[in-house]
Amino acid sequence: MKTDIILAGVGGQGILSIATVIGQAALRKGFYMKQAEVHGMSQRGGDVQSNLRISDRPIASDLIPTGKCDLILSLEPMEALRYLPYLNENGWLITNETTFVNIDNYPEADEVYAAIKTIQHHVLLNADALAKEAGSVRAANIVLLGATIPFLGIDDATMQAAVRDIFARKGEEIVTLNLRALAAGKAISEQRI
Amino acid sequence: MDRELLLGDEAIAQAAIDAGLSGVYAYPGTPSTEITEYIQARTDDKATHNRWCTNEKTAMEAALGMSFAGKRALVCMKHVGMNVAADCFVNAGVTGVHGGLVVVAADDPSMHSSQNEQDSRFYGDFSLIPMLEPSNQQEAYDMAYGAFKLSETTGEPVLMRIVTRLAHSRAGVARQSAQPQKPLSFGEDPKQFILLPGIARRRYRALLDKQPTFVRLSEESPYNQYIDGTNKTRGIVACGIAFNYLMESYPDGCEYPVLKIGQYPLPVKQLKQLTDSCDEILVLEDGQPFVERLIKGYLGQGIRVRGRLDGTLPTDGELNPDKVARVVGKENPAYFAASPLVEMRPPALCEGCGHRDVYTVLTEILKQEYPTHKVFSDIGCYTLGANAPFHAIHSCVDMGASITMAKGAADAGLYPAVAVIGDSTFTHSGMTGLLDCVNADADVTIIISDNETTAMTGGQDSAGTGRIEAICAGIGVAPEHIRTIVPLRKNYDAMREIIREELAYHGVSVIIPRRECIQTLKRKKKNV
Ligand SMILES: Cc1ncc(C[n+]2csc(CCOP(=O)(O)OP(=O)(O)O)c2C)c(N)n1
Repeated sequence: MKTDIILAGVGGQGILSIATVIGQAALRKGFYMKQAEVHGMSQRGGDVQSNLRISDRPIASDLIPTGKCDLILSLEPMEALRYLPYLNENGWLITNETTFVNIDNYPEADEVYAAIKTIQHHVLLNADALAKEAGSVRAANIVLLGATIPFLGIDDATMQAAVRDIFARKGEEIVTLNLRALAAGKAISEQRI
Repeated sequence: MDRELLLGDEAIAQAAIDAGLSGVYAYPGTPSTEITEYIQARTDDKATHNRWCTNEKTAMEAALGMSFAGKRALVCMKHVGMNVAADCFVNAGVTGVHGGLVVVAADDPSMHSSQNEQDSRFYGDFSLIPMLEPSNQQEAYDMAYGAFKLSETTGEPVLMRIVTRLAHSRAGVARQSAQPQKPLSFGEDPKQFILLPGIARRRYRALLDKQPTFVRLSEESPYNQYIDGTNKTRGIVACGIAFNYLMESYPDGCEYPVLKIGQYPLPVKQLKQLTDSCDEILVLEDGQPFVERLIKGYLGQGIRVRGRLDGTLPTDGELNPDKVARVVGKENPAYFAASPLVEMRPPALCEGCGHRDVYTVLTEILKQEYPTHKVFSDIGCYTLGANAPFHAIHSCVDMGASITMAKGAADAGLYPAVAVIGDSTFTHSGMTGLLDCVNADADVTIIISDNETTAMTGGQDSAGTGRIEAICAGIGVAPEHIRTIVPLRKNYDAMREIIREELAYHGVSVIIPRRECIQTLKRKKKNV
């Protein structure tokens, strides 16, 4: 088992919260894991990414090589495209469709969507709307996380348990809400397979 | 599995705690900051000193003082902090230590958040002390844990050099048993720390005489490993994290003999074994070609060495698995081309940040009324004033340089010479420059944009909070030219008036726009 994931987004969007849940799940499975994060400058509204590697064998590099990434998970559509050269032949690109426009030269959203759709294995979803349906827009990251479940190499039950672990101290209501968000994301991806 | 998921930084911090640390001394700086933050979250300052220091030099000196008193001390900084700490750092090689003293320098090849790519291993070499360079988080833990003992047995500070990718990457780490702190004690030689020339000459001689021992320790170190390979057309020296990048291309073992380096000075025995048995040597190291230069020699006659110097690898930028794969002929193909739609998304000052208001008003006045002006800025969030929409600054060099560069340019005849510096940078290295300005009655306007925190590195306490005016007055700035204002849109008229008055004044003036960083404010509100 080996899954190499690039988490992408804009500083402040909370890609690390997704990494925390996946990390917790990987730990539950006893897998090896490496997660390279970017701290510092890039957190001020700049692009941010994290390389997350999970495997049942020891992992060498903290960084994912070109063409070896199994999964790009992005909170923002243009950011999803930034890492395309890393995606492997059969890799999946999963991204939120809500744009984050904080630069003057941001491309036309429709062109961005069109570029995403040229990737055969893509899931383009409105995580914000789905999160709202599940109970809170703040769960958008968890919707996206749910969308990775079919491709993650970690089973649904373990992911649910990890969500429970992470949100437990916030109370049962928040746990249930996030489990709904997780299921909503998973359902979208399952339709795409 | 008894492993905790720790950042490289956190692994070092936990190791120091487990090794009986009595004090961490540090000034924040990416990618080293999380070491001290981790220790702060897990120790009580009364039992283990963990407060931030004013700069890297005060940190290094205080740590040497703790070592003098027999206890174990840790100093952490980013690579450019080594320049600030260097005076004490280099001299500490000559004094030697009593309690274990470990200095962690976090290098930032590719300059993810730094001004340069300097490689701290040159400092360790320069100071003639043992050095450690981990390849992964577990090694970072084990090395830091053992480094205090290494320091005590060699009688020298130990430099631990890490890079961004190790500092800021998380992996499973297993811990060793926790040791108690050392008791207060003093060394046998009462003159050890008195570097008068007569004593310094003796101590320096002793340091030189220890060098063969350091080489032997490196040869015996578990962190320097000779791994044989069948293909002797090439031998590979892989330092620190470069070893992982190499192994990424060889999941089932490398065909070439590999010398994995984790402890310096370089192990002569294993290095000779490699050069004797292989046709050429490839050096993989993240940062500058430190090892490559040593092996190659300046004239490059003798052993054929490949690396950054001969163009086999790029001379700048961090190493990564792709660069290493290319060199060993295992280039990773890309299946999808980069999209032409993707634009750069540079970091920017937060919406609502006080630095924005300062630059808005300042640039409006300077551009309209003083077209010949120059603004010397400094290191911090406010450096982002270089970008759109402000394009407000003309320099950013090193911490504190805003004030002194403005002074030098004013000395040369520039008017108006404006400095923009943050509160933490001011106390780090700006105060002494201000004294120079006062003593020379320099014609400078200094803006200390005070957000009451060290924001750029994540909001650590700032050493002078609440005392900036008093410090300026104490240094000798005339009280009527120390002007404070809250940078908010509703105060723009008052800000304009103050800035105009102080630009017109031909002498030292200090303007202090003060409003708390919106990020720390947000965090405080959340925690209430
Ligand atoms: C010698 C040195 N030490 C540390 C750093 C890391 N560093 C860059 S900016 C900064 C904080 C500056 O704080 P402040 O001047 O208060 O400005 P703010 O970011 O809060 O606006 C630090 C610690 C550095 N670049 N150089």
